[in-house]
Amino acid sequence: MEKRYSKDRLRRSMMFVPGNNPGMIADSRIYGADSIMFDLEDSVAYTEKDAARMLVYNALKTLDFGKKEVVVRINDLSSGLGALDLEAVVPAGVHVVRLPKTDCAQDVIDCEEEIARIEEKHGIPVGTTGMMAAIESANGVLNAREIAHASDRLIGIALGAEDYVTDLKTTRADGIELLFARSMILNAARSAGIAALDTVYSDVNNEEGFLAEVELIRKLGFDGKSVINPRQIGALHRAFIPSEKDLNKAYAIMDAIAEANARGSGVASLKGKMIDRPVVIRAQRLIALAEADSASEEE
Amino acid sequence: MELKHTAVAGTMESSDIMVTIEPQTGGGIQLELTSSVMQQFGRQIESVIRETLRGLGVENAAVSAVDKGALDCTVRARVSAAALRAADQKAYPWEVRQ
Repeated sequence: MEKRYSKDRLRRSMMFVPGNNPGMIADSRIYGADSIMFDLEDSVAYTEKDAARMLVYNALKTLDFGKKEVVVRINDLSSGLGALDLEAVVPAGVHVVRLPKTDCAQDVIDCEEEIARIEEKHGIPVGTTGMMAAIESANGVLNAREIAHASDRLIGIALGAEDYVTDLKTTRADGIELLFARSMILNAARSAGIAALDTVYSDVNNEEGFLAEVELIRKLGFDGKSVINPRQIGALHRAFIPSEKDLNKAYAIMDAIAEANARGSGVASLKGKMIDRPVVIRAQRLIALAEADSASEEE
Repeated sequence: MELKHTAVAGTMESSDIMVTIEPQTGGGIQLELTSSVMQQFGRQIESVIRETLRGLGVENAAVSAVDKGALDCTVRARVSAAALRAADQKAYPWEVRQ
């Protein structure tokens, strides 16, 4: 079975594209985001849900998005709209369904069952379509580990901060209000071996604030971030590119490992320091990130 | 598909098309199209509108379309959405991408 998604791909940026805006849908590929996310939820007025669903369906069936990961944020299943969204986007070839307002593992399981039923109905191998879950409440944050482990289809979990801070009875500030949620989501994602994606930074005119937030989430260990404006993509990607110094060190570590292997020695060292396994893993990740970045530039 | 009342889908924004469908008892599809790219793509847009209505089983309707440079997939989406609204129909034969 050929899956439409890969758990290992680069996901520094996931760009929100309003699902009822044909111009933005048509142009979405050119901005260089790693993932494009067509939104059927909050950016679409209730009276236009049917038209947006039809538009995204036709766009998915017709347009060529190259090697981009194509995600659709559906409405939550309890609204009665989510199941209708899945009926349209699963056969149309969406790579990953983003489930909003995920409070517990059962939300993921319910969505997966619905996707599996639709795949089967259309003769699509069950398991072809990927999923990701957005956590947007205190309950969801506390259940993050169970959510992250709820389905093999999950490529990642994401933080949706606006609803979350409202639930916490606070507002978006300097990031301290999100520290617990980010840490929970990150650790839950890593324990399940999937991606951790940060929330949007809505003040598109505050570049300094945006860069500070990007630096923070990169240091914490996030894979990337949702963006609402193409202007944020370049700066976000640059922040994730390894420095030349770090990259050279990573190559030197891998060379030392190769040399030790060639000697038949299980112990490698660089400049007198033994190279531990975590050092090798970090070096491999850094090189993979740099290579994936070059590949995405060539697209 | 039986149309019950007049319905509209789409907007007047760039890259979109606003489609109005009104039920008729006979006379086939009467289409009134205006487009910002009429010279180059008028025939193509008309053909997509007629083909989409045929696919939905709409035989008689007065259709007004104001195009602002929509792609074929947008034209199909807006015509389908307007027709479903005019028929008060939620079900649609979603198909697998080939």
